[in-house]
Amino acid sequence: MSERVPVSMIVNGEEVERFVEPRTTLGDFLRTDLELTGTHLGCEMGVCGACLVLVNGKAVHSCLMLAVAAEGESIQTVEGLSESKEIADIQRAFHNRNALQCGFCTPGVLVTAHEILKQEGPLSREEIRDGLSGNYCRCTGYEAIVDAIEAVLQERAAKGDSAELAA
Amino acid sequence: MKPAPFRYLRANTLEEAFAAYAEAEGDCRYMAGGQSLIPALSLRLQAPSLVIDISRLEELRGVSLEENVLRIGALTRHNETLHSPEIAKYAPLLSKAAPYVAHPAIRNKGTIGGTIAHADPAAEFPAMILALDAELEIASPEGRRRTPANGFFQGLYETGMEPGEILVAIHVPVFGVNDRCAYHELARRRGDYPLVGCGVRATIEDGVATNCRFAFVAVGPVPQRALHAEAAVERQRPDEGSIAAAQEALARDLQPDDDSETPAAMRVHLAKVLLGRLLREIAGNSQKAGLAA
Amino acid sequence: MSAALHNADRPNSYIGRSVTRPNALRLLAGKGRYVTDIKLPRMLHAAFLRSPYAHANITSIDISEAKALKGVHLVATGEDLAKLCKPWVGTLDHFRGMKSAPQLPLAVGKVVWAGQAIVAVVAETRAIAEDALNLIQVEFEELEPVADIDLAREPDATRIYPELGDNVAFKLTVESGDVAAAFAKADGEIEATIISGRHTAVTMEPRAIVADYNAPEEALTVYHATQTPYQFQDLFSRLYGIRESRVRVIAPDIGGSFGMKLHVYHEDMSVVGLSMLCGRPVKYVADRLESFVSDIHARDHRVKASIAFDKEGTILGMKVDDVTAIGPFSTAPRTSVVEGNQVVRLIGAPYRFRDYRADLSVVFQNKVQTSQYRAVGHPVACLVTESMMDRVAQQLGMDPFEIRRRNIVTQDMYPYTSPAGYKFERLSHEACLEKLHKLMDYDRLRAEQKTLREKGIHRGIGIGMFVEITNPSPAFYGVGGARISSQDGAVLKVTPAGEVQCLISVGEHGQGTETIIGQIVAEHLGVERELVRVITGDTDVTPQGGANWACRGAGIGGETALQASKKLKANILSVAAAILQSKPELLDLRNGNIVDAAEGTERLPLSEVARISYYRSDTLPPGTSPQLTAAHHYSPQGYPFAFTNGVQACHVEVDVETGFTKILNVWVVEDCGRIINPMLVEEQVRGGVVQGLGAAFFEECRYSETGQLENGSLADYLVPMACEMPDIKIDHVETPTEDTELGAKGCGEAGTAAASAAALNAVNDAIAPFGASVSQVPMTPQRLLTALGHGSSSSQKR
Repeated sequence: MSERVPVSMIVNGEEVERFVEPRTTLGDFLRTDLELTGTHLGCEMGVCGACLVLVNGKAVHSCLMLAVAAEGESIQTVEGLSESKEIADIQRAFHNRNALQCGFCTPGVLVTAHEILKQEGPLSREEIRDGLSGNYCRCTGYEAIVDAIEAVLQERAAKGDSAELAA
Repeated sequence: MKPAPFRYLRANTLEEAFAAYAEAEGDCRYMAGGQSLIPALSLRLQAPSLVIDISRLEELRGVSLEENVLRIGALTRHNETLHSPEIAKYAPLLSKAAPYVAHPAIRNKGTIGGTIAHADPAAEFPAMILALDAELEIASPEGRRRTPANGFFQGLYETGMEPGEILVAIHVPVFGVNDRCAYHELARRRGDYPLVGCGVRATIEDGVATNCRFAFVAVGPVPQRALHAEAAVERQRPDEGSIAAAQEALARDLQPDDDSETPAAMRVHLAKVLLGRLLREIAGNSQKAGLAA
Repeated sequence: MSAALHNADRPNSYIGRSVTRPNALRLLAGKGRYVTDIKLPRMLHAAFLRSPYAHANITSIDISEAKALKGVHLVATGEDLAKLCKPWVGTLDHFRGMKSAPQLPLAVGKVVWAGQAIVAVVAETRAIAEDALNLIQVEFEELEPVADIDLAREPDATRIYPELGDNVAFKLTVESGDVAAAFAKADGEIEATIISGRHTAVTMEPRAIVADYNAPEEALTVYHATQTPYQFQDLFSRLYGIRESRVRVIAPDIGGSFGMKLHVYHEDMSVVGLSMLCGRPVKYVADRLESFVSDIHARDHRVKASIAFDKEGTILGMKVDDVTAIGPFSTAPRTSVVEGNQVVRLIGAPYRFRDYRADLSVVFQNKVQTSQYRAVGHPVACLVTESMMDRVAQQLGMDPFEIRRRNIVTQDMYPYTSPAGYKFERLSHEACLEKLHKLMDYDRLRAEQKTLREKGIHRGIGIGMFVEITNPSPAFYGVGGARISSQDGAVLKVTPAGEVQCLISVGEHGQGTETIIGQIVAEHLGVERELVRVITGDTDVTPQGGANWACRGAGIGGETALQASKKLKANILSVAAAILQSKPELLDLRNGNIVDAAEGTERLPLSEVARISYYRSDTLPPGTSPQLTAAHHYSPQGYPFAFTNGVQACHVEVDVETGFTKILNVWVVEDCGRIINPMLVEEQVRGGVVQGLGAAFFEECRYSETGQLENGSLADYLVPMACEMPDIKIDHVETPTEDTELGAKGCGEAGTAAASAAALNAVNDAIAPFGASVSQVPMTPQRLLTALGHGSSSSQKR
């Protein structure tokens, strides 16, 4: 065991300070030290995408980042994104379309969906699939996930249009 | 699958990084984006006593035009390379290869300097800097030096960098009006390391190609130029005749090893197909890349 | 979604509707509770030292340094755990003559596959446990690995277990009619060898277990990522000698299972013993590298097939010889021979030929153990049958639809017994085939194919029919002596507020079991779906039952819930009649209200019946004894299995220069009987198809000649990803089983069953103009290039 070192970061809007072993990945830190078990570890080598979180607003594999290296950064996990309602429409669309089965990959998929939907302009199904290229899902076969993201895209576009009309 | 214990140091300056490296007597690793290093640590393929985090070194950041050379900071993330207007304009081969680099979340974190210093022959950017005639700016406690990309990759994961040196920036001569380029790769799944990848770049004036550079990904222990194939097209029209000659010559350029899934001959075959397609693309599409676009 | 809605105008008519899954909401919010998430007070973590060799004697083990490491609580060897845990054997009586060596949690004396656990370390954290593994010294004496199905059967082959005599676990011959005569009178005969790659399930949540032994009570609680909690209650109890009633197995949220999470794993068995030795809870989560060398593998088959036919395209008979590679022993408790058994019994199942002979050889290997993974045997049987059908069609210049039309078992033939002995109540091949033809716009696709070929674009169309085994009765395992239950139980209760709890033995792994059970209960009871809470997966709480395997949640679990609902409803109406001074038969329960059955006039809310029953029974007429809890158990009693059927089509484009294939479309028409939730059925089918496409194009556990798994990581074992998978169009035919009131059958295997067969046929259709064909999955670029005659690209394997 190596010596624990202090680290502080903002997690889901709250400042947290802990002592961690340098070898602890951000994913293990979130799950074990902070008990934010919504972030899942599926491969611990940056392949499956189940562990994605937002670091300063960008999707990052929490298994490919050391907790100590997150010093001062702002981390958002599925728990925080849920509580802030930032992804409420995405979650609703996933629920309606049953775009999840076992749900283990889902937190990572939601982070990716959130990032895909931040892109400007319309997206084709191929582009959505391309955005999802780093997320494994063994249950759904992906189509429902693509459908759900497409539904949010359309819903947001319709809202944007009506907002423009109102203005 | 947890890393062996190590100490961690975040370097705020190059000097701090060098000092830590010296103190650890080389039993340490620099970490930029960490996207290759951390899996290696988790798998315990590497177990350094110290990890030196260089990801916050400001002097390794930024993309800037200096006369006819584009300077790309080593910490430029793949996603920044993908979306940088400067890179798209002055070094478009990198922009074209960038979408093939792993997956979006890896691109958010991985850096161009990290992938070049790591020298994975199956990674896209190390090969592309060969095609771009880039130079590498390398820092050490003794100061800075510049070295051409060609010759930099010396063996599997081996480069011309001395222990403790840090890659600071990549210098790319800017594309001219008639320079064209294209990239494509054959990967089993989107974002996987390819079976073969290829970037081609040439100056095409009055239908004749010069400055031909064909660089290959995943065809051997190092990222590789195909000099014989280049020569077959150099000062020729990139037509079916010269393309076939280039494909033929490729067998002399590439000597990949067999692996359990991809026999060497198949890799060479795929490289030939890829080269043909890319040459047809740059021959037929003069608008696709370069300053004129 | 064309499934008919049933009784759509009635209130609480949920069966047949695409309702959403209530339990998905917590998963979407990151509030799932998987075994990987569980943290108990004073919990320790286990890690295992694994064999680097496929076959070796262990000559010494030195654990002294590991034991001394700070944070390490226990280092246990095979001998340590063998003192606590009885050995188990993966054989069943109804597979006559099968054999397999006894197994123990950790290797004792020798290792029989690369990856086998030898020593367990229990420490404060997983990281420390892994640190300690590096300090253990094991010396081996290498033995020749058995890693080839032919060499393994040579007379002088190295025996994995010399005491068994040879390396053949099981041999079976299935024979029906007169095959020799059929082949003798045939106009044509085609022979081919079809090879299926070795697969593994790759659930997103790896195997995970937390065992908590409570010594004062001699009680064991296990949080287990399993499909079958009762089966493991029995196993933990018997093998560790703990009273059954004191073993509690809890299966919380499960991150994917696909048949992989119901087998006996050595690490899982070890963890129970480790907790007993430590007196503290011990957790083990397989990391992904461990998953590849310890989760079961499946589908490693080589089938030599011959088919006889006449010039009209009538199939006269088939002969097959299936040799399948398993692990060093047969997996418990279901065995490693069921898959091969199902392959040889499902071959030819959709077709009417009667003359059939199959030989099966199940061969031990120094590789990871194999057993049931989604659609057990079906994909291999479909690959063989459907590719042979296409070969005949091609030889006769006949359309693939036409040859199937001429040979399928038709409506007038049911009930029908297949040559291999399967009894089909009623299948719907004709309807499915015609529906598919229309759904995929077949004629247009063929015209397009022709046009594109002229432009050098090579597309192919392939179809694959399937018959799926669901709703297994005790004939499946029980008769062989397995303590695997084919019945399920439900306990339904009305809460004092007039809501409903359903405790049921079938479990939830994302497929939607809880949702469909809720639909069935709400509809048959007559309450809003929102008032029904379904609870699964805890042997101390939910009633005894088989849980989830072989596609039984909807068919068996659903019928159990239906019958329990009827029972509870009768009880409710009896109390209501007493309160209302009416007769039960004049009343009904609709939308949570007691109503007059005839007019539907509301008389009394259910909540009032519950309130009076629980709090004011003094106001009820004398002799009234409210029973607002009802239990029911159900086991299939008619046909041994409820077979389903369907047909799939696949449309691909092959890049003939590179051997890369793009999957353009997939269509499926399936018949799983009564559809309870069309959306969930379709998502089962889609997910299944994609696993089948993985088999067709990507997935394969590649072994070296020395028995080393060469691609055992998630980066190297390729599972299908979003970009490579197509959208999948699905339609249904509904032929309910008459064995149950519900009429539902399973749908979990349907997608996987024929997807790789349809894909193989599509690729072969695409490359047919080059005189090329492939008969091995996965269809990698290398195999396609070789087939296409890029001879230089043939493998120069070490």
